[in-house]
Amino acid sequence: MILSILSLVNDHTFQVVLLGTLVLGITSGSLGCFAVLRKQSLLGDAISHATLPGIAIAFMMTYSKNAWILLTGAALAGLLGTFLMMGITKFTKIKQDTALGIILSVFFGFGLVLLTIIQKIPTASQAGLDTFLFGNAATLLKEDIRVMIILGIFTCSVMAIFWKEFKLISFDPDFAKSMGLPITKIEILLTTLIVLAIVIGLQTVGVVLMSAMIIAPAAAARQWTDNLGLMVFLAAIFSAFSGMAGTVLSSSISHLPTGPVIVLIISSFVIISLIAAPNRGLLWAYIQHHIHQREVRTKTMLSNLLLFSESQTNPFHPHDIAALTAIGKGTVSMMLKLKTDGLVNQYPDNKWSLSPKGLKIAQSFSKEGNINHGSH
Amino acid sequence: MALIELEIILIAIVVASACAIPGVFLILRKMALMSDAISHAILLGIVLAFFVIKDIQSPILILGASIAGILTVALTELVIKTNRIKEDAAIGFIFPIFFSIGVILISKFAGDVHLDTDAVLLGEMAFAPFERFYIHDIDLGPKSLWVMGTILLLNLTFIGLFYKELKIATFDKALSKSLGFSPLLLHYGLMFLVSITAVGAFDAVGSILVVALMITPPATAYLLTESLSKMIGLSVFIGMISAVTGYGLAGLLDASIAGSMATMTGVIFLLAFIFSPNRGVYVQLVRQRQQKLTFASHMLTVQLFDHEGQKEEAWENTVSNMIYHMGWSPKFAKQVTAVAIQNKLITRQKDHLTLTPLGRETAKTAMTL
Amino acid sequence: MNSQQIAALEVQDLTVAYHEKPVLWDIDITVPQGLLTAIVGPNGAGKTTLLKAILGLIKPAAGQVQIFGQSYSRNRRMVGYVPQRSSVDWDFPTNALDVVLMGRYGSLGWFKRPGKKDHELAMTCLEKVGMADFANRQISRLSGGQQQRVFLARALIQDANIYFMDEPFVGVDATTEKAIVNLLKTLRDEGKTVLVVHHDLQTLKDYFDWAILLNVRLIGIGPVQDIITTDNLRVAYGGRGAEIGNALET
Repeated sequence: MILSILSLVNDHTFQVVLLGTLVLGITSGSLGCFAVLRKQSLLGDAISHATLPGIAIAFMMTYSKNAWILLTGAALAGLLGTFLMMGITKFTKIKQDTALGIILSVFFGFGLVLLTIIQKIPTASQAGLDTFLFGNAATLLKEDIRVMIILGIFTCSVMAIFWKEFKLISFDPDFAKSMGLPITKIEILLTTLIVLAIVIGLQTVGVVLMSAMIIAPAAAARQWTDNLGLMVFLAAIFSAFSGMAGTVLSSSISHLPTGPVIVLIISSFVIISLIAAPNRGLLWAYIQHHIHQREVRTKTMLSNLLLFSESQTNPFHPHDIAALTAIGKGTVSMMLKLKTDGLVNQYPDNKWSLSPKGLKIAQSFSKEGNINHGSH
Repeated sequence: MALIELEIILIAIVVASACAIPGVFLILRKMALMSDAISHAILLGIVLAFFVIKDIQSPILILGASIAGILTVALTELVIKTNRIKEDAAIGFIFPIFFSIGVILISKFAGDVHLDTDAVLLGEMAFAPFERFYIHDIDLGPKSLWVMGTILLLNLTFIGLFYKELKIATFDKALSKSLGFSPLLLHYGLMFLVSITAVGAFDAVGSILVVALMITPPATAYLLTESLSKMIGLSVFIGMISAVTGYGLAGLLDASIAGSMATMTGVIFLLAFIFSPNRGVYVQLVRQRQQKLTFASHMLTVQLFDHEGQKEEAWENTVSNMIYHMGWSPKFAKQVTAVAIQNKLITRQKDHLTLTPLGRETAKTAMTL
Repeated sequence: MNSQQIAALEVQDLTVAYHEKPVLWDIDITVPQGLLTAIVGPNGAGKTTLLKAILGLIKPAAGQVQIFGQSYSRNRRMVGYVPQRSSVDWDFPTNALDVVLMGRYGSLGWFKRPGKKDHELAMTCLEKVGMADFANRQISRLSGGQQQRVFLARALIQDANIYFMDEPFVGVDATTEKAIVNLLKTLRDEGKTVLVVHHDLQTLKDYFDWAILLNVRLIGIGPVQDIITTDNLRVAYGGRGAEIGNALET
């Protein structure tokens, strides 16, 4: 397998394909950030399904498989689906999720009807339209890649040009409007770019799973950074890597559809990020939580010892462990830990007292007066 | 019409009805896209269960595969609970994992699964009648009709038993909790119904088009009625019509039956969207225009009332002022004046407008609103 | 006419309706320059709606709004806005400094990025609200009071003549509340006009010069002590009005 991968990567045609998936990844990853931050993830799902009838109609009208023609059809259908969805929520009390579900399933169903019709046209060179369903990097032509690259560069440049406006309407549209920004126009532009980002990936990843390439990279990238620019950059990298790795894998192993492989790779990025990313990662939070808990309990224990000692003339008078267990489980192990830190002294019969060092620290806590509200 | 065609139509009708019932609660509970997630995710369940059981219509397979649906819901909710990923992104990222694994397994082991990606997307409604259900060698009809019939019955029973609870849990979660119903149990009960219905319908309509049958007829019914019980009945009815007309359309175009059914649900929705007598776009636009004029005429009475007898009345209570102060276009001001005069709210002398007693009353009631 | 005499804000015959149900009925307001004015009224009185209609965020059914004698769109640069803190997603990946810089976007125009000068300006504004140390902190890691201060700094950087603030005291700690009040007073003393949606009648007299009392209709506008009368409160708050009035007197 490694041999076949090596020979693939050395193959010129395949290098071109890889370049295409690189562009696809960068575009969907970066634009996806805006979709996710604007809570429009599922709009991406609806748009990608809704493109199918556009592809089919474009083909039926021209009998051409030229990428420009098919992708134009896809983009128009995607936009039509978006506007219809907005119309449904505007004119009726149907909620957005239902409207998305209707657009997604009905457009897709209609697209499948058209595909089954196309399959029965005897003269049509229809073979290949199926790849739009689950994607197939192996069938990408040089012309397809060219279209992907041009569309990708266009989409990313427009994003860079309107970066500050996109950021503002994603964070605070009311404020943007109060400053006189034409937010409806900016929103339409941004949605159009998201549609283009989806369209770019249709041949490689497929209609059914393209939404994952919009959502997953952003969801993964968000865990690593609190900076929008960096988030977009990371999402682009994750997505591009997944696109290229998925293409290599699916091309070197037989019967491995490209779209699902890419989706599984990008999804593992999300899972790893969710668990292991610093600060936001769950593992990180878990460790932080425990360190914090331990601190609070140590403070409480020292303060309790201080409280006991204040009732005695000798501040280092030993107390029975039973009096100290009120703070819960693990008292003994904590006392042993405190002992190794030199904060408490142990006496026979499991009796304990503060050490001079521990007394000082405990007193400083009680001065701060914040023993019990350390956590939020 | 051949028996086989009748059987296909019957299967289509039963599938559509079974889907519409849980769909009503999905859209009312704003969880329509959970059906999207579930319908994709059950593919993995079906493939895995098929490896073990080898019979796509075995009840054990259907139950086993449904677990994948429930698992997606649970996993999605788990991810949402971490607060690291927003709800919509969580839904949109979990189910593609399930679906992708399912597709890869099908592609790799196509020979063993007797499934191909076409069947996943389109179902095999046309072949459904060939699998027969026998007891003691007696042909009792297509197996999938029995399977879906059972699921339909299950859905009806669930809704029948928990109608009151579902209704309260759907419209008032807090109340339902205080009454002692477990919203969580009902939620997962409903998710189980959605999963099992999606698995059962898989054979007929594939994995994704189930969404159309679950969401669109209830959404259409939602445009036509206010009452929950009528909405359920109407959803089932619309589902049935979509099934029959979808079958007809498929025959006409020589195209996929499942796709045509999904298309027809959309066509019927579009008709209701435009022409629904209460909520349609057409009626609304007409009504909005009327309401706008009536409302504006009331605004006019309030404006006239406020300045009546004051020294600036001569200037304030004129048509010209409406155009200037109220920011109305001359055309709109003219229309509003006409409506107000027609409704005997005001009288007009040249540019000056005077309230009638009725107009004064209208202004007072309008202001106390 | 002397520029001092032009009203900072003039609202005429403003009516706003949601689905043909009036939320604000025929409001006429004139606010002179250099005053600190509270917009008060019970829940659902239309306070936020009034602000949003003035700022052109919602389209009124009728009415005119003038800022310093010109339409809002012409004098937009003279306006600063502090939305409700809860109106945005604080988990957005950005930091305090960046949020303040957003206040410059209006005057930057298209395609231009904020430069060094803008950054310095943003830092000055953060200093004014006591948030300079938090410039690089992610906004979700700020407390409610700190988030509110960042929003204020963003309005300050707009360098406006008239400020509109929506409930800036909600969910903030006592220190922040004091800091905000001082800031508002400083702005007023610099000759700026400030309108604040407010819901605490207790602090009205201490914090504000003028009050606009609303309940769908305009009930009164003028100096706080003239407006907050038991009679007016009864009109605005119904039966509870008298109680509130008594509570305020003691």
